[in-house]
Order: sequence, then structure tokens, then C-alpha cells
Amino acid sequence: MLTIKNLQAGIEGKTILKGIDLNVKPGEVHAIMGPNGSGKSTLAQVLAGRPEYEILAGAVDFLGKDLLEMAPEERAREGLFLAFQYPVEIPGVNTSYFLRTALNEIRAYRGDTKMSPGDFLKMIREKLKLVEMDAAFLNRSVNEGFSGGEKKRNEVLQMAVLQPRLAILDETDSGLDIDALKVVADGVNKLRSKDNAFIVVTHYQRLLNYIVPDFVHVLYDGRIVQSGDKSLALQLEANGYDAIKTAAMA
Amino acid sequence: MSTEMDHIESLANREYKYGFTADIESVTIPKGLNEDIIRMISARKKEPEFMLEWRLKAFQHWQTLKEPTWANVRYEPIDYQDIIYYAAPKNHDAGKSAEEIDPEIVALYDKLGIPLAEREALAGVAVDAVLDSVSVATTFKEKLSELGIIFCSFSEAVQNHPDLVKKYLGSVVPYTDNFFAALNSAVFSDGSFIFVPKGVRCPMELSTYFRINAANTGQFERTLIVAEEDSYVSYLEGCTAPIRKENQLHAAVVELVAHDRAQIKYSTVQNWYPGDKEGQGGVYNFVTKRGLCAGVNSKISWTQVETGSAITWKYPGCVLKGDNSVGEFYSVALTNNYQQADTGTKMIHIGKNTRSTIVSKGISAGFGQNSYRGQVKVLKGAQGARNFSQCDSLLIGDQCGAHTFPYIEVKNRSAQVEHEATTSKIGDDQIFYLLQRGIAKEDAVSMIVNGFCKEVLAELPMEFAVEAQKLLSVSLEGSVG
Repeated sequence: MLTIKNLQAGIEGKTILKGIDLNVKPGEVHAIMGPNGSGKSTLAQVLAGRPEYEILAGAVDFLGKDLLEMAPEERAREGLFLAFQYPVEIPGVNTSYFLRTALNEIRAYRGDTKMSPGDFLKMIREKLKLVEMDAAFLNRSVNEGFSGGEKKRNEVLQMAVLQPRLAILDETDSGLDIDALKVVADGVNKLRSKDNAFIVVTHYQRLLNYIVPDFVHVLYDGRIVQSGDKSLALQLEANGYDAIKTAAMA
Repeated sequence: MSTEMDHIESLANREYKYGFTADIESVTIPKGLNEDIIRMISARKKEPEFMLEWRLKAFQHWQTLKEPTWANVRYEPIDYQDIIYYAAPKNHDAGKSAEEIDPEIVALYDKLGIPLAEREALAGVAVDAVLDSVSVATTFKEKLSELGIIFCSFSEAVQNHPDLVKKYLGSVVPYTDNFFAALNSAVFSDGSFIFVPKGVRCPMELSTYFRINAANTGQFERTLIVAEEDSYVSYLEGCTAPIRKENQLHAAVVELVAHDRAQIKYSTVQNWYPGDKEGQGGVYNFVTKRGLCAGVNSKISWTQVETGSAITWKYPGCVLKGDNSVGEFYSVALTNNYQQADTGTKMIHIGKNTRSTIVSKGISAGFGQNSYRGQVKVLKGAQGARNFSQCDSLLIGDQCGAHTFPYIEVKNRSAQVEHEATTSKIGDDQIFYLLQRGIAKEDAVSMIVNGFCKEVLAELPMEFAVEAQKLLSVSLEGSVG
């Protein structure tokens, strides 16, 4: 589904990703872990097409297409979704209207007809249950005045509505208490299928107790320095990132 | 590297949709301004003596005035002798019904989306169409007259209802008010007149569509709305002009009078030609609009969406004379490319327990400069007066500017006056968030802008709100959204 080869990228002249290789197949969940400043969020942003980042080398194939050639909105329409670490507030824009617009853009891209407001409402009522959100959310402005937990749940709700092939969760656990974390993780787990894949970017192992990954990769100084199964996450939790750092220095 | 700037580029290349000229033969008078010109205008309109006298007094007064320079706008000096003050389509007589008017004119308005034939007209909206200096058609006149409502061109009102015109003309905006109001009073050619009698609730939206077509011509229209006791009227105006390299002057005056418990809702969607992306051409929109809440419990509400004109200079205000009267001002002003807007309101509290609300949203893109200028004045006798003002500015790109000039003067201790102001920038973050959800860049910007203007757009009548939203998107298209 996603093949990253020797991806190097930076911002404002500074190289952050120094050669990433990663292969994600449908049905898989990959966790990307690493200390602060290792390039985890940069990887997520670069894959989503954030224009501030400069691609220095490498190639990314997504469902047979050159991802790096695509505009951010095309990537989204092709089925790539980024759950933001810091979801953005858009004052005055009704959440329901925003989501329906996004969904219909994606449907149009795939050659489907637009979903009527009535059908949309029926569909979204089901999705709201997934993240234990009240329908009143839909009439609020996008993320405006939302608590940290509400914002993250809203990200998962959007994921549920847009049904991406590949979802990248960028530190979705940050700022969440344990109850909110469970709700978010439950939502994600219910969306898992053999056809879609997840990349879960996180600093802590905690989230991975709830969203159990098939693979864990450790990112350090812009490179994946270690890969393994879920036990690697536990090992990191026990020993910290210091061992990784020391190994990388050597 | 900024996504925003690219977008602005792409938008800036969008063209003004209403920029076509129509091939309508017009009759004009010679360029320039003097007493003979004024006599000529008055004679062409077959005006009674009192109108000519009033015009001449205004002209004499205007000659003693200097063009104001306090507004935060810059433009080359206007040569008032180089303007044609009157242009009328040939083959035109005021007061014709749509069936009788020149087919070219009907075709022009069709192209603008304004059907003049009543059978095709928008349901529930009566239209007066003003082309250059004269009114060319007014729809639904008979239906309204059954209720005693007068809705006609200003010229017809002067002919058919001289007593009303005499009583109210200049009663809210005297010709001595300011430079442009004096100029308008001297040379105004047409406009709309509305009179709603006691106890009548006008059953449809009344609307005037203003269009400048002839070249080198100024448009000076005058609108007067009088709402008697316990009446209600909602009025809309829309404006467009062809693309021309020269600047065109538009100096209108609007006067509203609301008697006891009467309500007037006045909405404007102003889309005069804004000039090209280098700042050449465009309409100078220098307008004086004021409403007098003369009676107790009366209410006047201004809603404006200003997207056009090279320069906008207007401050629709309310004089709250009647006790418990209410004034409202809801405004969206958008400047793109080299457009400049200096706009806001004046709320003058005279009566007891008078209330005013000001919600102003300024959007600047490209090299646009947007100023909010608002005055809230509470006079000594205005016991218990309240004002709330909110002025928000949105910047798109980093070459534009937003400015706020509030003037607050309170002479009564019991008054409560609140002023809030914010300035924000459309962030790359916001745009990227929407892009990441599959929404196209242009749609993303217009979604953010419409969200920003929501409170104001909600005040517009439904059909207009949709138009205004589209207009905002189109206006930003060449420049940002």
C-alpha cells in the first residue's frame, strides 16, 4: 500500500528525515516511536504533503501512485488521512457542513454521487456513537472551543466518515486522560479492517496497549534505527530511549 | 513557498464577472459642473421649482467645501469638471413597465440575473432598476400600491408625490452634511423612493439594482425610505459596473426615516467594478447613508457586504432619537488587489434606552487596505443607552492591511459602551487542515472567509446571503480565495 524508499526531507534548510525506508501493507498497523525531535511528526506531515517541507531525496509509492507528486488534497482524496496532533480551529464553519463537504469532494474524486444532507445525517449519527460524541458537536464550529479530548475524538470521527485507506495518527494520545484515550483507541480499533492500514506516531507506549501494532519502528535522528513487533515498544518503555541513542552514537 | 500566496496568485487572475458593457445608446449632457448643468439636469427631469432651488443651494454650498482627506485611502485628485453628470438610455421615459422598455435594457438586466418582467421576477422581490442616471423599470408597483406602499423611482416620486419628497428630502442627510452629500444633492439623477404607510407590513423584499453603463459618467443616486408608525419594510440594493480603465465616481445618498415602532431593514451587496489586479480603474464609492429612528421603539438595521469598488468610503449610521429605538450595523468589507475601504458606522444615541449593535468584519487580501471607522456618540439625554461593537479583521497574505478607528464619546453616565476588536490571519495551518480533508484550496479559503463572516451573512435575506457567499468567494478568487 505504502512504500517509502530513502525518504529525505527538511525544513528551512535543515535536514530532518535522513533516509526513511518503510513498507506498509493493507491490514497492518505500524507504530513509529522515538524521542522528541527524532522526526516522527515531520514524517507524518511530509506524507500528508505539508508544503513547508522540502523533499530532498527518495520516493514514496501510495497505492501504485507517486505520492510526492500529488497535492495535499489529492493525497486525501486518494485515501490518505492525517489525524493532527494539534487539530486546527476554524471559527464559524459548522462541523457537519465541513465534514459533508470533505466527504463529497472525496466521493466526487472517486466518481460517486454526492451524499444528500439527509443521508449524511443518518450516516454520521452512527459514526458519532463510535467516538461517544453527542450530535450537538455537529453544529459547533470546527474544533472551536473544543477540549483537547474533544478535538482528538473529532479527528477519529472524521476518519470514520472519510474512511481512508491509510490513516496516520500523529501523537493522537498527547494531552489525553486515560478515559479519553480508551474512547479514541476503541474508535480506531473498530475502524481497522483487512483493507486499510494505520501508522501510529507516538512518544509513549501507553497508546499501544489499546491500539496493538503489528510492527514497531524506532525513529532516531531522522532514521529508523530499529524495527520489531509490539514487544519492542514494551522494551523501550522499560529502558527509555537512552539505549537507542547510545547505540546510534556508536 | 507559502500555499496562501500561490492561491492568492491564482485567485488574482479571476476576472470581474459583471465587467461587460451593453450597447445601449445613451443621451448624455456635456461634461463638467456648473449651475447651467444643474438646471439642465433638473429640466430634463421636468422637476418642480422647489427641487431646482434645493439643488442650486446645495451646489452653492458644495463650492465652499473641500474634499475630505481624513479617510485612510489614497487616490489621485478627482477632476470634477471632467465628469459627465447625467446619462440616460435613449428611447427611455421614466415609469415604463418592463414590457415597454428597450429590449437591449431588458437583455442587459437578464445578463446580470435581474429579470425585469414581472412574470419571471424573483418570487417575493420587487425590483427597481437604475441604469446610469435613471430608473428604467420598477416591478410589482400595482400590487404594492394596493397596500398603499409607494415604491418607485425618485424621479417619479418628485412628480407624483412632491409633498412627501419636500417633507423628507434632506431631513436626515442635509446637503450641508459633507462634501459628497452636497455634490449628490446638487446633481443626483435618480434612485428609489419608498413610502410604507401606517400599520403596513411590506409583504415582499423591495430591491434596487444599480448599474453604471455609460463611460466617463458619475452615478449620483438618492434613495429615500419612509416607514410610518407600526410599519415594516426590508430593502435590498445591488450594484455592478463595467470594466473601464478610468475610475468612475459614485456618490450616493440614502436617507431612512422610521416613525414610532416602525422597522427598516436595509441590505446592500455592493459589487461595483473594483479595478484590475494592478489597481487600474474601478469605482470610487463615496456614499452617505443614514437612518433616523424618529419614533419610539423604532428600529433601523443596516447590513452590508462590500466586495467591489476601488475605494469605498461609507458609514451607514443611525440617529437614535426616539426613546427605546434600536440601531444595528452588520458589515463585511473585503479588499483585494489594490482595493481600499474606509467604512464603518455612526451610532448617535439621543433618546432614552436607545440601543445599538455594531458587528464589522474586514477582510484584506493582496495589497488591499481595510479600515473600520466607527463613531458611537451618547448624548446627555440618552439615559440608559447601550452600545456593543465588535470589529474583526482577517488578513490573507502579508501585503495587505487592516486598521480600526473607533471614536467613542459618552456624555451620559448611565450609558454602557463596549468595544471589542480582533485581528487574525488566515493561517497556512487552517488551509492545510482543510486540504488534508480533500477540500480544494479555493474552497478552503472561501470556507474560512465565510465562517469569519457568518454573523453578518446571517442577517441578510436568504437569497441574498447565498449570493453574498458566492460573491465573497469570487472576489477572493483572483487574489486568495
